[in-house]
Amino acid sequence: MSLRGAAAVVGVAELRPTRWTQDETTIGMFTQVGLAAIEDAGLQLSDIDGLIAHPMAGVPMLVPSTLIESMGLRCSYAATVDLGGATGAAMVWRAAAAIAAGQANAVLCVTASRRKQRNRPAAGERTRSARSGTAGVGGKDLSAWGEFEVPFGNVGANIGYAMIAQRYLHEQQVTPEQLAKIAVHQRDNACVNPDAWFYGQPITVQDVLASPVVADPLHLLEIVMPSAGGAALVVVSAELARSLEPSLGRPAAWLLGAGECCTHKTVTYAPSLMDTAIKPAADRAFNQAGVTRQQIGLASLYDCYTITVLVTLEEAGFCPRGGGGAFVEERDLRWNGDFPLNTHGGQLSFSQPGLAGGMSHVTEAVRQVQQRSGPRQVADLNFAFVNGNGGIMSEECALVFGVEP
Amino acid sequence: MTHPRPASPSVLTLPFWEATARGQFLIQRCGGCQAAIFYPRPACPRCGRADPAWEAAAGTGTVHTFSVARRPTHPKFTGDEPYVVAIVELAEGPHVTTNIVGCDPDDVRVGMAVELVFDEVGADGFALPFFRPFGAT
Repeated sequence: MSLRGAAAVVGVAELRPTRWTQDETTIGMFTQVGLAAIEDAGLQLSDIDGLIAHPMAGVPMLVPSTLIESMGLRCSYAATVDLGGATGAAMVWRAAAAIAAGQANAVLCVTASRRKQRNRPAAGERTRSARSGTAGVGGKDLSAWGEFEVPFGNVGANIGYAMIAQRYLHEQQVTPEQLAKIAVHQRDNACVNPDAWFYGQPITVQDVLASPVVADPLHLLEIVMPSAGGAALVVVSAELARSLEPSLGRPAAWLLGAGECCTHKTVTYAPSLMDTAIKPAADRAFNQAGVTRQQIGLASLYDCYTITVLVTLEEAGFCPRGGGGAFVEERDLRWNGDFPLNTHGGQLSFSQPGLAGGMSHVTEAVRQVQQRSGPRQVADLNFAFVNGNGGIMSEECALVFGVEP
Repeated sequence: MTHPRPASPSVLTLPFWEATARGQFLIQRCGGCQAAIFYPRPACPRCGRADPAWEAAAGTGTVHTFSVARRPTHPKFTGDEPYVVAIVELAEGPHVTTNIVGCDPDDVRVGMAVELVFDEVGADGFALPFFRPFGAT
């Protein structure tokens, strides 16, 4: 059984990222962005019969029913996805699978995170000053992480991806300038996206390399900036998508293939830092879609760090192992270039509004496939590839979208 | 440096932490496939056989990868940067998260030979296992 052509994304919505939220509630943000996606899809609240959300602060359990009750939904399929940055992409194929199994007809997939600014710590005591909308779920962490990682400072994503980058530098060749170019071209894309946090703030390779090293070898401008926001989309059956296309006046974004792989939580226990979970996920998605890498007109690759993009380009098969540096140097990664990459700016320039950051790679791909990306529209786009990446390259989810089923 | 202490050791992990006070780094050995295992697991992550046995590791290995933290990765490390967070590949095979001590952070390299050195035993009765360049004193 294949998911190809079983379902399509017809509507998307986003809350513009903000650095901090004020009085917003997480439920309120879920509701606002969810309703906007339903409206964008040309549907009514009563048309939605499936909901996929994610763990959120303040709701330690029963997240789907909490949202269903608050929003006034009635669902024959309801679930959460807990795959970090891969959550948004992973929601899409689960929605399609539920539809293909006949369990639902229109599934709302929704992500949102608030970010409250705590009282500023005293000078010289700058630690974690934010409370993320997804952090602190479920109380005290009793997993091995608290015993075998925290005492040594293997905490947070920076140090984990820095260690991936250090290993890459040991095994392969890439120059700091090549890595920096990823951030620079994505920033150029963000400068055509008014919703991106860093809209209107172009940067150069020199800017990236002159920014402080946070964790060797990662510079500040190679690292995402956390923000608050939300993103949602509606996945519907092929029959419903076909019926909506004429009234919406645009094609649906058809899901052609999906693949997923999860191998570890903490980077230390990854089976390999080079043979990643990205490859099996991407291979499955491409095989299911029957689409080649050469046919992809937009690569929407999870980009918490520049190194993540470099490794994903290789592991997803757009260039050979170790060829990422040369590939980045030779190609134009901008929306009007010869390899459009993260045309919304990527999270590096859009910012990372919690799990909505991962979903932003999906919503951008959908809009591009639907030919409604305005000034940054990729010309002659037939197929888009999305990679969602969670944890420290722990959870990978690949999607292929097309303009036709 | 003031390190966070190991949170909530369980019946599964207490033998490891208790051994650190005796200067031993315990790994597990699968009674079926003979896989060397770290951190402590209820069953072998390679073949699934339950109750792997404890054994003392040699305490040597190589730096698989590392990073020099130029900003604190945990509030307790504020003011201690730069410090080295590393993944060490034990001689027996498993990977371990640790800190590289006893050398300048900028001298750490991938592939460097390292050896175990325990921190002082803390109030909880446990000693954190660090690694230093092999042969360093």
